[in-house]
Amino acid sequence: MGFRGQKIEMISDALKSKFDQVIAHYPSKRSAIVPLLVFGQDEIGHVSGELVEEIARRVEVRPIEVEETIGFYSMLHRRPIGKHNFQVCTNVSCMLRGAEEIMAHCERRLGIGHKQTTADGLFSLEEVECLGACCGAPAMQVNYDFYENLTPEKVDALIARLKKGGA
Amino acid sequence: MSDYESYLKGSPLEVQVISRRFRIPNITSIDVFLAHDGYKALAKALKMKPEEVINEVKNSGLRGRGGAGFNTGMKWSFVPRQSPKPKYVACNADESEPGTCKDRPLMEYDPHQLLEGIAIAGYAIGSHQGYIYIRGEYRYLMDILDRAIAEAYARGYLGKNILGSGFDFDIATHTGAGAYECGEETALLNSLEGFRGNPRVKPPFPAVVGVYGCPTVVNNVETLSNVPAIILNGADWYAKLGTPKNGGTRLFCLSGHINRPGVYELPMGFPLRRMIEEVGGGIPGGKKLKAVIPGGSSCPVLTADEIDVAMDFDSVAKIGSMLGSGGVVMIDEDTCMVKMALRIMKFYAHESCGWCIPCREGTSWLEALLERFHSGAGLATDADTALDVSYNMLGKTLCPLGDAAALPTISIVKKFRGEFEEHLKLGACPYERKAVAVA
Repeated sequence: MGFRGQKIEMISDALKSKFDQVIAHYPSKRSAIVPLLVFGQDEIGHVSGELVEEIARRVEVRPIEVEETIGFYSMLHRRPIGKHNFQVCTNVSCMLRGAEEIMAHCERRLGIGHKQTTADGLFSLEEVECLGACCGAPAMQVNYDFYENLTPEKVDALIARLKKGGA
Repeated sequence: MSDYESYLKGSPLEVQVISRRFRIPNITSIDVFLAHDGYKALAKALKMKPEEVINEVKNSGLRGRGGAGFNTGMKWSFVPRQSPKPKYVACNADESEPGTCKDRPLMEYDPHQLLEGIAIAGYAIGSHQGYIYIRGEYRYLMDILDRAIAEAYARGYLGKNILGSGFDFDIATHTGAGAYECGEETALLNSLEGFRGNPRVKPPFPAVVGVYGCPTVVNNVETLSNVPAIILNGADWYAKLGTPKNGGTRLFCLSGHINRPGVYELPMGFPLRRMIEEVGGGIPGGKKLKAVIPGGSSCPVLTADEIDVAMDFDSVAKIGSMLGSGGVVMIDEDTCMVKMALRIMKFYAHESCGWCIPCREGTSWLEALLERFHSGAGLATDADTALDVSYNMLGKTLCPLGDAAALPTISIVKKFRGEFEEHLKLGACPYERKAVAVA
């Protein structure tokens, strides 16, 4: 039994072998903490307690040391978030091209605000800092996918597609 | 994947060195790359002495493209080659300076060029391990790089005894997870070691004490992508593309209020006015230009009267700003500069790692002050208070984030003081009022 009584077996074999592969890249196992958290979160959906335990065990540090590292990084989520995480950039290049309108439009259409998740768990919304998509402003990421040169119409079409179960 | 059209609109004024292969179909595949001079520079470098490679890069005038503009060959020469410790190359792919999106096409359209540059850097400093520290948001680029790395191993351009030279070199990608601060080289090293990305005290510099306490060269993606062309064509050829002490070309990202936003490779020293008017096609809607951020949001802004400047490190420094990371952001006449200052400060307040008090406190105080001022509830003393707080951040932090927050604020308060006065007089933002009147 692991953290908060949940089973360690929740982590797949594929992920475990990925972990081994990543740890082998470094002379110090601890270096793998952030990559393992990211790859683990990708599979589980968030950074679960058992993921923290598993990583701590593998890189040979205490779980609190993994937690300490987690707190620094904005992409790591300690709680479940929506299946489709809308991350709207409102930094300068995007702001100058209507990002605030895009953010407001997402809020209206999804019925949620910054760092909130819809009741059905389908969507989350976040106002984020520069995504490096300045020449395609205004831009956002949904999970890892970039959507650029956004208009409210493009956002609507995307939401409709995702609601239908499209990727 | 990025929307090709958004980034590579092209211009006849471009001089394509590192972007010359961007439009070749399937160039991310090693066979196509090899058919276009791929890994020839690595083969050439492996026949040179490491010192000769360093001198070639030094003499080319290549300066760090991440923003600081330090001579790259010089940086490599600081690594103590006689040290018994292992040496490392850390490629900084944590691109996150607002307005900057140039490393993205370099990794997306020509990943092998970057790997070749990293391997040459490794050979020059006596390293056997390179890491590409890539921001977490750029996951698709990490996948592209991982595929390219696997191909390079399979074909003997990475791994043991590369091209029969006896030189061993490994490269691995390393993902970040969302933190602007990790683009600062010592914070990057802490993050690479699995710690919070706080900066370290310098000196010692990473070239002497870097990752795992070992000598480490930290170079930006664009910097390393330039290395193969320098080795292949020679230092003189590269230096002549630019201006004295500013060798070569650089990728400029034109964004904001510009007709043709995109990434363009132009010679160092290219005039800013021509960049805006001829390369970028001017300001949309026939509007007037009000200000330009010349190299990412941490640079002091330039007014429309200051755009007759050559875009190289020294010329832009001479007029009180910085060439920075190549993110050129155009701002038109209908934009509120108080709001610009506020949005820039909101970013730095969010990204300050909290390690140094002047930055942690300064950025959040300034954000609150500018927020209140922009809303119309400003005090007559606020503009001077903003300057005072900014000056108390400058040079008082371990890493340049404090300066990065202070410098644009100082420039906006000084150069656009009139807009602050207008907010005070109206008790509201004059630009938002205008927008309401039009609507």
